[in-house]
Amino acid sequence: MKNLIVKIGPLLALLAVYALFAAICPPEFLGFYNFKTIITQTVIIGIAAMGMTLIIISGGIDLSVGSQIALGTVVTGLVLNSGGEDVMSVGGGLAVLAALAAIIICGLCGSIIGVFSAKLKIVPFIVTLGMMQIARGVAKWLANEQTVSTPQNPLQTLMIVDPDPAWLVFAPGVWIGVLLVAFTFIVLKYTVLGRYTFAIGSNEKTALLCGIPVATYRIVIYTLGAAFAGVSSVMQYSNLTVGDPTAASGMELDVIAAVVIGGGSLSGGEGSAIGSITGALIMAVLRNGSNMLGLPNYVQEIIIGAIIVGAVALDKYRNAGK
Amino acid sequence: MRLTLHQIRKSFGPVAALKGISLEAKAGEVLALVGENGAGKSTLMKVLSGAELPDAGNMVLNGKPYQPNNPADGKRSGVNMIYQELTVAPHLSVAENVVLGSETSSWGFVEYPLERIKAVLAQVGMSDVDPHMPASGLSIARQQLLEIARALMFDSQVVIFDEPTSSLTAEDVKALFQVIHFLKNKGIAVIYISHFLEEVMEIADSYTVIRDGESVGSGAVAQSSIPHLIELMVGRSLDDVYPKIPHLQGDTILAVSALSGTILPQNVSFTLAKGEILGIAGLVGAGRTETIRCLFGQDAVISGQISIRGKVKAQAGWSVFEALDAGFDHLSENRKEEGLALNLSIAQNMSLSFLSKISRFGFLDLKKEESISKNWVNKLRLKSSSVHAPASSLSGGNQQKISLGRILELNNDIFFLDEPTRGIDVGSKAEIYRLIQEQASLGKAIILVSSYLPELLGVCDTLTVMHKGLLSPKKKVSEWNHHQIMLFATSGVFENEPAE
Repeated sequence: MKNLIVKIGPLLALLAVYALFAAICPPEFLGFYNFKTIITQTVIIGIAAMGMTLIIISGGIDLSVGSQIALGTVVTGLVLNSGGEDVMSVGGGLAVLAALAAIIICGLCGSIIGVFSAKLKIVPFIVTLGMMQIARGVAKWLANEQTVSTPQNPLQTLMIVDPDPAWLVFAPGVWIGVLLVAFTFIVLKYTVLGRYTFAIGSNEKTALLCGIPVATYRIVIYTLGAAFAGVSSVMQYSNLTVGDPTAASGMELDVIAAVVIGGGSLSGGEGSAIGSITGALIMAVLRNGSNMLGLPNYVQEIIIGAIIVGAVALDKYRNAGK
Repeated sequence: MRLTLHQIRKSFGPVAALKGISLEAKAGEVLALVGENGAGKSTLMKVLSGAELPDAGNMVLNGKPYQPNNPADGKRSGVNMIYQELTVAPHLSVAENVVLGSETSSWGFVEYPLERIKAVLAQVGMSDVDPHMPASGLSIARQQLLEIARALMFDSQVVIFDEPTSSLTAEDVKALFQVIHFLKNKGIAVIYISHFLEEVMEIADSYTVIRDGESVGSGAVAQSSIPHLIELMVGRSLDDVYPKIPHLQGDTILAVSALSGTILPQNVSFTLAKGEILGIAGLVGAGRTETIRCLFGQDAVISGQISIRGKVKAQAGWSVFEALDAGFDHLSENRKEEGLALNLSIAQNMSLSFLSKISRFGFLDLKKEESISKNWVNKLRLKSSSVHAPASSLSGGNQQKISLGRILELNNDIFFLDEPTRGIDVGSKAEIYRLIQEQASLGKAIILVSSYLPELLGVCDTLTVMHKGLLSPKKKVSEWNHHQIMLFATSGVFENEPAE
């Protein structure tokens, strides 16, 4: 019974936050359109949080996610522009290519992080702090320090709250997000990669003793995690419709917060896909509700900060009771 | 009477760690507190120091009730602990360490009563040490003496030593014993916790044996003997603890020649046959664990050769993967830090080294994992609510059984068991000894490293001793005597006279 409460704790918190805002917000908050808006607003952080969940469970951290997302939007923009400046719209083929390019460039960032932290044994905090600057710098360099405007293309429809065709109900990006949450859930629970991720984060020495190639798996985990950030960057591009090297600044902290609120432990070995997506939803509901109430930005920041610390404190409290 | 404990009880949740401990420590005497690992010594320490409050019972210090609420309280009352893990702050100077916790200040500035500091340093035999040097420059033994100096600064009435010699050389032990004699002569009551019974016989005046959280016997050391103390500690006759299962030695399976690591071991050679249980004795830090780690590919090997079934498998080292592949398996001495992923479940821990057996295309067969781990849980009599319970929820003995289950399921030919019974209860120990014998009867070759000599003598067929990275020649257990083992362990001198 107690176990169950612990497991669905973040979900209860989400319901509580939703109920709270439903009570004090104008009735539009409960409308279906607003529900769709909240879900759509969760996509970028939610997808990146799936990657971060893997990384945090393995005992790592990636501070460069925000910069990677910015780099991804720029690369997406550049590939879309590869036809020349006069093109007014491009088709699906090039759009897919642009998205893949963004995912690959982010994955590359992740591989570099993985190699430096796993092979050269530099703590991931430092490696990713460096990557945060480097990826941001490269993004600005590639974009000539300005936004990259792009021709009309299918990627721009990914995040439209009322999608076309209408039978999709939710934006295509939402469905991609749902698939990725399911993917992460399955990877963590039913695959060798997932089990090794937990094992490495729970006790790296034990993992080594059991013959698990820890360094290789760390590189795989960082690469995969960053590839998730790549997908987020495509969604971010879709929101902005331009490549923006200054986008998503500080977003890594929201992503990490989502994982931590969802039960992820920064010392590794704990976390879940469902928990992290719930964490992302809690933050999205908070932002949406606060906006609707006309609360200034700083109030949201204070509330989110308190929730992060509160979630971890609760976690400590229940662990101490064991 | 300095300090008396009467029927001290302490439970953590449903687990009763102390079920009634009584003892009496007299001024100017050394009381040895002996017991197996897991008997409740560390909990008792915590109660004595004030780190844990007892649930029931009372403690009397100098005729007054002693009820410390925290360790600082205990210190103020004059009860000081010398912990097994050093508590010296390496970046601070010797003088700063001596007054640590007992600082006096004027106008907010710390005062260093240098004369007093020098006096207490001299009392512990460190008059040659400059009080201004950083504590990190001292040897381990001297850091421990520094802690005793700190206890003297507090005007201690009672000083408690927790396994103080576990990382000391024979010479350092002598120096420590001199200091303990000094404390005795000063009228301090010394409580000496150890499971090295030879030391107890040498230093202590009286003893109290604790077992499963209860004090089961006490008296004067002069009227006791080592076998008597062991039977009190274990609570049963020695034959019950060390079951014998007949096993024959087959062909040589492992030959190690001239194996050297970065510092330890040095030039180690030995052979191991199928069905043989080889014990490696020695002091802590002699290089036994390092030898195992080199063999298993965890530590770098500088030179040497490892042959299996007559074929050279590794020249100057290999990786853990290759070692596992070649048929080795390793139970680490450090269960919590290396042996187990504590927040993963029993099943997840057990399957960690054979996921390839229970997966297809990277997907795990969770049903198979569950049935395999249930099988071992039953066979090893592992007590738990379910195989999905986290490893952290189990007792030390049951945790060790998880690691053993992992090794048994992988079913390699050569096992290295490094301190397999450290910190676990007697019942689990006996079960592990039985298991080792069983595996030998199945033709497994086993190396058992232990700091607990009775266990090596009770379980192994053959024994070698390690001293500073050097390995003694191997002999049958029956051909060693106690004196020869200790002689090689402490000085590296091999005396090959037939045992009497």
